Amino acid sequence: MTVQEKSWKEIPPAGICWKPSTEYLTGDWKTYKPIMDSEKCTRCTLCVIFCPDGAIHWNPGKEDIEFDYDFCKGCGICANECPTKAIEMKLE
Amino acid sequence: MFSEWKFTAKDIAEKADLFMSGHRACAGCAAATVMRLVLKAVRGPIIATSATGCMEVVSSIYPYTSWATPWIHTAFENVAANASGIEAALKILKKKGRIKQQRIDVIAFAGDGGTYDIGIQALSGAVERGHDFLYVLYDNEAYMNTGIQRSGGTPHGASTTTSPAGTVIPGKVQYKKPIADIMVAHDMPYVATASPHYWRDLITKARKGIEVDGPAFLHTFAPCPRGWRSDPSKSIEISRIAVETCIFPLWEAINGEYQLSAPSKVIALRPERKKPVREYLKMQGRFRHLFTPKFEKIIDEIQQLTDKRWQRLLKKCGIV
Repeated sequence: MTVQEKSWKEIPPAGICWKPSTEYLTGDWKTYKPIMDSEKCTRCTLCVIFCPDGAIHWNPGKEDIEFDYDFCKGCGICANECPTKAIEMKLE
Repeated sequence: MFSEWKFTAKDIAEKADLFMSGHRACAGCAAATVMRLVLKAVRGPIIATSATGCMEVVSSIYPYTSWATPWIHTAFENVAANASGIEAALKILKKKGRIKQQRIDVIAFAGDGGTYDIGIQALSGAVERGHDFLYVLYDNEAYMNTGIQRSGGTPHGASTTTSPAGTVIPGKVQYKKPIADIMVAHDMPYVATASPHYWRDLITKARKGIEVDGPAFLHTFAPCPRGWRSDPSKSIEISRIAVETCIFPLWEAINGEYQLSAPSKVIALRPERKKPVREYLKMQGRFRHLFTPKFEKIIDEIQQLTDKRWQRLLKKCGIV
């Protein structure tokens, strides 16, 4: 991810971090990818709560959960904690 | 003293993360879950501060920051001193009318190294001065980001790089320091222990810690797949089994009065639900050597110590 960024004259002084980490995609770390079975899922949102990376979102408009594979590191906590075993980890 | 705050899982799921995605914690890091959950409990604007440690390193790799809130990084030893400075500054700015916000809460985050060992004098001093802040300890039981060195929070028998299990010693020889009890002894208004599997309990306790006038201390349990040599997908499960085996019982002490929290109270009332420590130990590679004939007696030692501390806690809570 090393690209030519702003020069030292343009960045904020004192080493202040000035970019949100949401611009740094950690999704390519994963080996296994969580796949949700919509029929088994009860929308309890436990996976949204437990995900260490905030990579699972609850969409109130659609009343559904959405995976954000840009940030999912494939740890498998969601699949392990799912009460109905609706999430399966598949080799990417 | 505390407001009635009722919330559902969906309320929490909908609330925006103050600890954003894209941080570089290892896959399956429960400390990251703890950070997200604690920051879901805020009631308004906050200023956060972190001691050096895993969660500081992973969240602020230049030029990226994972904090969607004002945040200050400080050295390993002085996060509590930093939090007291922020709180004092806010107080005087409010008095002079320089800030409009009614109330800004201060939250300090530190790992077990920054609390048990290096940060304890700053913490003790800040609590003694009575500053109004919440101190969150995410306890992953060793110095994880520098390469798994033992700390005051590492339990007996755990193999780390500076207490390696081998032919001579069975992992760490000493015992885990009861830090939350030390904090209760400071006569502070609010001390609690929490585990991420019991997320509702954790969020409620974090909110209580923020609401209370004066210092509050929240000891959270944070399994670390790298350092504990455990399966990344089992991190949250381990945090449940730690409670069920009474290795990490959940309680809160309001003005020094201990009371058990629901998940541990169930075990206190029905002792047959208490699981043997063996179940907790076998999930982690750092205790692998205990399952060999040479070190098997250490498991009994750990069981005895756990039972002793559990009985002592029950007495403090007025049960038995």
